[in-house]
Amino acid sequence: MRLACLTLALSLWISPAAAFEPEDFLRIEGTGDRVLRILSTADLDVFTPYLEAFHRTNPSLDLEYTVASSTDLHREIGSGAVYDVAISSAMDLQFQLANDGLTQRYRSPMTQSLPDWAKWRDVIFAFTTEPAVVLVSTEYFEGLSIPQSRQDLIEVLRDNPARFAGSIGTYDVRDSGLGYLFATQEARATDAYWRLSEVMGRLNPTLYCCSGQMIEDVMSGKLALAYNVLGSYVAERLADQSEGRVQILRMTDFSNVILRTALIPSTAQNPNDAGAFIDALLSIALRDGADGWPLPPLNDASPAASSAGFGPIRIGPALMVYLDPLNRRNFLAEWENAIVQQ
Amino acid sequence: MSEAQQGTGSIGRRLTLYLAIVAALLSLLSWGMVAGFARQAAEETQDNVLAAAVTAIAETLRSEQGELRLELPYSAFSMLGAISEDRVFYRVTANGALLTGYADLPVATDPNTRAGEVSFTTQSYRGEDLRLATLSRRILAGNQPTLVIVTVGQTREGIATIALDLSRQAGLVSIAFFLVAVLLSFFAARTSLRPLNEIAGAVSRRGPSDLRPLRRPAPDELAPLIAALNRFMDRLGHSIRRSEEFILEAAHRVRTPLATVRVQADLALRNASGEAERNRLRQMIRAIDESSRSAGQLLDHATVAFRTDDLLRDHLSLKNLAAQTATAMTPTASMKDIDIDLKAEDIIVAGDAVLLDSALRNILDNAIKYSPEDTTISICVEAKGGYGYITVRDEGTGLGDDPAEVLTQRFKRGRNTENIVGSGLGLTIAADVLAAHGGRLELSNNKEGEGTCASLVLPLL
Repeated sequence: MRLACLTLALSLWISPAAAFEPEDFLRIEGTGDRVLRILSTADLDVFTPYLEAFHRTNPSLDLEYTVASSTDLHREIGSGAVYDVAISSAMDLQFQLANDGLTQRYRSPMTQSLPDWAKWRDVIFAFTTEPAVVLVSTEYFEGLSIPQSRQDLIEVLRDNPARFAGSIGTYDVRDSGLGYLFATQEARATDAYWRLSEVMGRLNPTLYCCSGQMIEDVMSGKLALAYNVLGSYVAERLADQSEGRVQILRMTDFSNVILRTALIPSTAQNPNDAGAFIDALLSIALRDGADGWPLPPLNDASPAASSAGFGPIRIGPALMVYLDPLNRRNFLAEWENAIVQQ
Repeated sequence: MSEAQQGTGSIGRRLTLYLAIVAALLSLLSWGMVAGFARQAAEETQDNVLAAAVTAIAETLRSEQGELRLELPYSAFSMLGAISEDRVFYRVTANGALLTGYADLPVATDPNTRAGEVSFTTQSYRGEDLRLATLSRRILAGNQPTLVIVTVGQTREGIATIALDLSRQAGLVSIAFFLVAVLLSFFAARTSLRPLNEIAGAVSRRGPSDLRPLRRPAPDELAPLIAALNRFMDRLGHSIRRSEEFILEAAHRVRTPLATVRVQADLALRNASGEAERNRLRQMIRAIDESSRSAGQLLDHATVAFRTDDLLRDHLSLKNLAAQTATAMTPTASMKDIDIDLKAEDIIVAGDAVLLDSALRNILDNAIKYSPEDTTISICVEAKGGYGYITVRDEGTGLGDDPAEVLTQRFKRGRNTENIVGSGLGLTIAADVLAAHGGRLELSNNKEGEGTCASLVLPLL
């Protein structure tokens, strides 16, 4: 019996620690015993204000905030790691967790006040709407008009291959869950995507894992154009600092809008505080207008209000289609043909 | 008629209750049926979408260079997401080996479905009820015939919500239907009972001696009741007439021998010698007089009862009538030295001369009887306010304190009449005759001095 307990303890000790390397970690000490464990894809500099705000209203609670990539987050929750809240911008992976029954229901007046498109089954709750944007360095576009649509962009890139060769950046969809979501949704929504990918592929593009690095490279002048960048608020701030050298474009023909979503895993040990935390996020999400929070609110991107009449990507089983291994293999093969062009 | 009867409840209430029970049962039935249909329709919708999804997936299967290729169509999943927020699972196998999807997902196997048809089942999976649709398809991959089985499952929460919503709405409609039905039942019960109430009203409005058959249109269900009522009244009329005939016959038979006895008693009185014997005979004569008077009044009463059934409506002069009757009564009055004084206007009424004579005679008889000797009885005939009045005033003892209604009852006599012979029928006869003519008998004490004032009131022509 004692031996059995020992092996159980050992296995619990070893298994979660073995595979997963957090990208970042923050712990805010509370005065009480309770702990709220949050696993999230949002960087600390973006998310710390939210944690601090929650800590101010719940000072007794210990907050443990772990940053992970969206694929790591999905794998961790899927394999039963113990967290109270999981926050990710990869809607498809979040949806799969919910669909596979790895989440808990949560219902409160705050979640009830969410619009239908911003929640699913009292399980997934969206608290931001974030558009995919194109970041351009105006120096590269001297003498050219700044493109407003994919068609413009295709023409500009095709007509000036020498100027843009090697200075185009976009997500490596093989590594980035969010990049893959953007690419698949765009491929579905507009046939200009594959033509644009072909044109970019000929210009020997640089492939990135994350938005942050891409933004920095545009700022530093290394890149002329970063295609599909998330985090418009961060980017906007940077664009302001760059005194006009960097511009943010939203394509007028079609623009992806993703929802950053939170859910309570079924393994959660503190679902009550997790619910309170989600309520706090939603109350910030449903505020009127921008007032200093790093992430955009939920209510300025209702389907009718968003650019070109496209709403945010819908939370639903269709998100699982491109997660299917066969579909993923097919899509990546096509993408490699277009972008990598070896 | 106004007496409270020991009832067995109201037919109207019972009818309303039964109709309401029927309405309640129908409402429940319709609610159950609508809820059932709603659930069935919602389930069929889900089945159709699932079938469309599996078919769409199966149709994208193709063989490329001997290899099986499958690309899940986006539309197949987006339509599953369109009907409800339900969890979706899928599985595709080729010759039993998993191609993609959830390896442990159950497969719907219905032996009755033919190849190329979608079969359905409901099973529990990952803690929830799952509706599963399965379609199998044979594909040639290279030279190898491959059996591909596509299964798509969806949880049923959306269905349950839709069915519950519809069921709740159907429930509300059923309740409204029930309330309207109860209201209509109430009115229906009232309307169908109206003829019964009308007949009851017609019967209760009738006069006390009105035994004519009821002639009014009635619903078929009430016709037997009316027929039975009419037969009953007919029998009652017959029986009353028989008893009146019996009384008439009896009075007649008693009166004739009494007359003989009276004559013999008179003779005996005249020949009697001792005072004691005379007194006895006088008492005897008094009793005989009383008996024959009573017999006469019984006769009158029976005659009145007969004749009012078929009342004559001859035109009569009240002046003549009063004069004739007064003349006829003069001998009786003069025995007590009573004068009869007649003052008459010429008034014409419609009526039965025999009955009216009988009524007036009884009144005059009373007046003479209760008047002291050597007084005057005045008769006044006049018209007042649409009625003809024959007013008889005497100077007798008056009515006492008894109300007029009591005095006109059969065999009732006033409390101040102990020493005077009388049957108690006189005023009854007069009142009956006047009532049959649409008139009335008014009795009062004289305003000036002693005596009684009796008025025979008859409607003018």
